[in-house]
Amino acid sequence: MWSIISSIFPYAIAFTIPLLITALGGLFSERSGVVNIGLEGLMVVGSFTGALVIAMLEKSLPGYAIWIGLLAAMVAGGLFALLHAFACINLNANQIISGTAINMIAGSLTVYLARNITGSGNIHIVNGLSRKDIPLLVDIPIIGKLFFAQTYASTWFVLLIVLASWFLLYRMVFGLRLRACGEHPHAADAAGINVSVVRYIAVIISGAYAALGGAVIIVTYSGEFNGSVAGLGFLALASLIFGQWKPLGILGSTLFFGFASTVANVSQVIPGLASIPGIILKTFPYIATLIALVFFSKSSQAPKALGEPYDKGKR
Amino acid sequence: MKAMNKKVYILSFVAVILGLIAGAFFMLVTNNNPLDGYYYLFRGGLMNIERFGNTLATATTLVFTGLSVAFAFRTGLFNIGASGQMLMGGLWATAIALTFQWPKPILLTVIIIGAALSGGLWGGISGWLKGRFNVNEVVSTIMLNWTAYWTIYYVIPKYFKGAFLETESRRIPQEASLRVEWLSSLFNGSYINLGFFLAIIVTIIIAFILNKTTLGYELKAVGFNRLAAEAAGINVQRNIMLSMMISGALAGLGGAVFYVGYASNMQIGVLPAQGFDGIAVSLLGANSPFGVFVAALFFGLLHSGKGFMSAMTSIPPEIADTIIATIIYFAATSILIEKLWDRFRRKGGRE
Repeated sequence: MWSIISSIFPYAIAFTIPLLITALGGLFSERSGVVNIGLEGLMVVGSFTGALVIAMLEKSLPGYAIWIGLLAAMVAGGLFALLHAFACINLNANQIISGTAINMIAGSLTVYLARNITGSGNIHIVNGLSRKDIPLLVDIPIIGKLFFAQTYASTWFVLLIVLASWFLLYRMVFGLRLRACGEHPHAADAAGINVSVVRYIAVIISGAYAALGGAVIIVTYSGEFNGSVAGLGFLALASLIFGQWKPLGILGSTLFFGFASTVANVSQVIPGLASIPGIILKTFPYIATLIALVFFSKSSQAPKALGEPYDKGKR
Repeated sequence: MKAMNKKVYILSFVAVILGLIAGAFFMLVTNNNPLDGYYYLFRGGLMNIERFGNTLATATTLVFTGLSVAFAFRTGLFNIGASGQMLMGGLWATAIALTFQWPKPILLTVIIIGAALSGGLWGGISGWLKGRFNVNEVVSTIMLNWTAYWTIYYVIPKYFKGAFLETESRRIPQEASLRVEWLSSLFNGSYINLGFFLAIIVTIIIAFILNKTTLGYELKAVGFNRLAAEAAGINVQRNIMLSMMISGALAGLGGAVFYVGYASNMQIGVLPAQGFDGIAVSLLGANSPFGVFVAALFFGLLHSGKGFMSAMTSIPPEIADTIIATIIYFAATSILIEKLWDRFRRKGGRE
């Protein structure tokens, strides 16, 4: 059993990281009061931009191309999220419809552009990130092998962002303001906070993080843009809800869901796991989230003003 | 009321025009001629009786998913789970079609009624969660979409595996298909099938339910104001569940007409886009059943013409999906258009 766990652990982490950063992006947007079901589409934008930039640069700038690609993806995701921010914040549009439109535009427009560029609609990168052991730390008994062996640099980059985001949200003035906008925008406004600006920033961050998630998939386990991220954005949304809109909660839920999905993916190869039917492992995150919603229906930690356009005149 | 309706239709029309302009822009950006693009796009859907039949067949599924979303909208609910409900209806239809060798009329009746029930059950779960536990139906339908996606992913290869590919079911036999000889030959071998007539009948039934029955009145009352409806003695819980069941049943029918009518087998690993297109259809049709029918025909035209366009020009077929997606965005932001329109009219009045 132990050998199975330690052998699938690196895969589970690799699968969890894009999920984690995307769910964290969702957390920024939703804690500020804007529902973002466009995470899936924003991930697709990130995987497209990342793959395109890396494929163009990897000959001329080997070594740097991947990191430039990840940053470009974040910028593209932030810009794309502006569409959602404009609709939700300036126009008080229906946030679900806008998010659905984001998903659909991203899914079709990126493939349209990719087909114009490569003909096939897929963008392939030659070199992804390679897995590395962290020196010294890898020798720590038990956890050394699990957490510090065979890791991607992007994993540590994302974990650093998660840590910084937690600090930003809970230890800095901006974080307090952001959360206030999601709980009680009128009180925040009365305290001199510009609700629209805070929500704009939050939605842009959610786009950048989700796009980073999509690009991380490209540079780690996928290596190819194919127009979809196979529902990972919605899995991130489920993690966000299951984690009750809290950073530690989503860390736990993404690990949990990431593990379940990985076990399902590798159960064909590892005999010890073949006894658990894949259908149960794959549907588990969604059903668990539904059950959690029922349990938390009386005491949900969802931001109180989530999904409500801010209307100054309404008290 | 009439004036408001007229305004809604004008806004839909503007959203379509803006979507087509956006499409032209994307064609220009990629060095293609938009005039050629649109010429071949519309020609591809209309140029002969066979292609016209294909347009109707493509629109058929969209009528059902559009009605599904619109019905939920009218009763104050947002069903973005039409894709999952479609899959469950399609799974029932495929399973029955591949298992039993009954005479065609019996087989098709069982397929259609069962598909509506499966989709209705899938939607009903969301309705029950909403009515009983106040779980947001948007979230629950998303979760059920992916539950359905993975269910199909494992069930189809295990029980109905195709002869050549692991990723699709066996072919639906002629006896179980909604396609019939006389209709196909009338349209020169097009995909059009009995589903189209079913779509017409169901559109009329839904219009009747919403506008002429107590049930429809109660459902709309719950949609307008849940508390007021409750105070007036309407059973809100029951109505929310019923509304989601009917909405899911419509999407389930969409699954049946798609998987055993338009298509000839069921693929795995696909969350059907028609479920989300249904949102566009519903918005554009101003949530009225007959509006939905017309909007579905328009989107069906875009979808069925895109293959021809991409064969005749170097424009990839995804432009059609991009146009539909941008139309949804423009419909969502139609408030901006509305404001501009109001300002324009006020100015016009003063002069």
